[in-house]
Amino acid sequence: MKKLVAIIVLIIVVLSSCVEEDIPGLQNTNVSLNFKHNWDGANVSSTDFNTIQYFNENNDELSIEKLRYLISDVTFHKANGETIVIEGYNLVDVANNESLSYVTPVQIPIGTYTNVSFTFGFDNDDNTDGFYADLNSASWNVPMMLGGGYHFMQLEGKFINNVATEQGYQYHAIRAVDNADPMNLVFQDTFFTVNLGEVIVHNNSSVDVNMNISEWFKNPHLWDLNNFNSMLMPNFNAQVQMYDNGQDAFSLGSVN
Amino acid sequence: MKELFYIFVLIIIISCSKDDTSVPQYVPTPLALEIPTLFEQKILSPVIPFNNPQTVEGVALGKKLFFDPILSADNTQSCASCHAPENAFTDTSQFSDGIDGVFGNRNSMPIFNLAWNYDEKFFWDGRVFSLEDQALQPVENPIEMHNTWQQAVSDLQEHSEYPNLFQLAFGTATISSELVTKAVAQFERTLISGNSKFDKYLLGTATLTPQELNGFNVFMDETKGDCFHCHGSDNNPLWTDNIFHNNGLDAVFADLGLGEVTGDPADNGKFKSPSLRNLAFTAPYMHDGRFSTLDEVINHYSEGLQNSPTIDPLMKKVAEGGVGITTQEKADLKAFLLTLSDYEFVSNPDFQN
Repeated sequence: MKKLVAIIVLIIVVLSSCVEEDIPGLQNTNVSLNFKHNWDGANVSSTDFNTIQYFNENNDELSIEKLRYLISDVTFHKANGETIVIEGYNLVDVANNESLSYVTPVQIPIGTYTNVSFTFGFDNDDNTDGFYADLNSASWNVPMMLGGGYHFMQLEGKFINNVATEQGYQYHAIRAVDNADPMNLVFQDTFFTVNLGEVIVHNNSSVDVNMNISEWFKNPHLWDLNNFNSMLMPNFNAQVQMYDNGQDAFSLGSVN
Repeated sequence: MKELFYIFVLIIIISCSKDDTSVPQYVPTPLALEIPTLFEQKILSPVIPFNNPQTVEGVALGKKLFFDPILSADNTQSCASCHAPENAFTDTSQFSDGIDGVFGNRNSMPIFNLAWNYDEKFFWDGRVFSLEDQALQPVENPIEMHNTWQQAVSDLQEHSEYPNLFQLAFGTATISSELVTKAVAQFERTLISGNSKFDKYLLGTATLTPQELNGFNVFMDETKGDCFHCHGSDNNPLWTDNIFHNNGLDAVFADLGLGEVTGDPADNGKFKSPSLRNLAFTAPYMHDGRFSTLDEVINHYSEGLQNSPTIDPLMKKVAEGGVGITTQEKADLKAFLLTLSDYEFVSNPDFQN
């Protein structure tokens, strides 16, 4: 009888020793950021693309055909001043559902954070020309004649211009560059930090990040698509205005 | 106590062993793709389906099938009839004729670097997912090989060599359309072009002329050619985004392209951006081969754009016909584009019949 018990115990020990998966800790969790888009409150998804139906603050009627943008370095801020920086990035493509959800690649402690933030675009340390294979494969690069690195956003579509004709626009955000002297490019940073505010992180929390697309055309610069519609990458002033207008484009949605 | 020890050892061996297969199975020889240095450095890995790994025997079989007219109904046309190595695996006709002399309405697409088509949508209109499924279509297309797969498989099965070659490639001599297309796809994935003059320039082993460098600047300049948004760059050596665009060829569409496939009017007139590699060998150009020369292509983007509801927003200055680059800039751009041609690719003995 003793032998039988010993064998059973041994079997349990051996089987346990061969289990490969770890049981995740209860105190840490992944967090999913879900990117959602609206036009002054009306939901925008790829099914809304290609139809001229939105009015910007300047009363230009426009459509959206493409919306892609880059976010990086999601950061969780604790009340005691400590921060947890999630090194990494996500290229959000409204036409690609998979890209609309970004699960933090590392787990963070469950609890209350006074702020969750991320960088719109890349900061200068991360904006290394040609460094990211997935972004290169997505043709997300900025030409070296404009400083290299990567786009921050590509918003494209059509608008009704001031002679009542449909015209394309390409609202492409990059690091602002004055290329008047090609041998001496002058840069101004246009990445910015988006602060979402307090978030209570539960197990497998899901945090909605809203972008109101109309904000890019609104405040503080009234955006006239008849003036700024095309070839904006080398347009220093347009880039600075995009930076200014983008500050209020993002907000915290529901947290689950 | 000894008994207990032996039982313990036995249990450990049994419980921790993952594979107890005792019958050796035939495994063809794995064959890694020869990935160009710039591809390794710059872009994501190629797409190779888990159920069709590259093997020496599979590629050899795929190559034989690619050049063999046995797949066509009257044994007169092979894949290579419209996809010739010397033309970067396209042909020189605007439209290609099938075995019955009937012409299609699309230009034969060149074949190279297809393993890097990450979305795996093939044909000008993206109607097929996966390279394997792409290879299914020409055999039964009535204006191409005009065969049935049943007949093609039967012919292969009765052939003196093929059953053994399938045995070597896939471990079975029972031939099927699935295995035929797997083999052809394996061969096609080896058709890698990454050794042009511009590649060598980026690797520091060749120099560009001032004109070619000027042309590259026209290509990359958003206020001039602005080609890079759709056609790659020094950081994307595919020289295509593999995405579908309406590039302003027509105001009214005779061919709906992607729109025919999706049924979405917003996709009408959209066709896949072709790679700009190997343009020296792939004339005529565009999905319908309407342009015989590169000069015509460049003139189209400079002055010839036609407006339509689905024209891509990246097509600039449509009202003025296009980006309007100068004669010198056109010549420079052409000179640059030709540096993307890979002469070693079209003469690679591994890719010849």
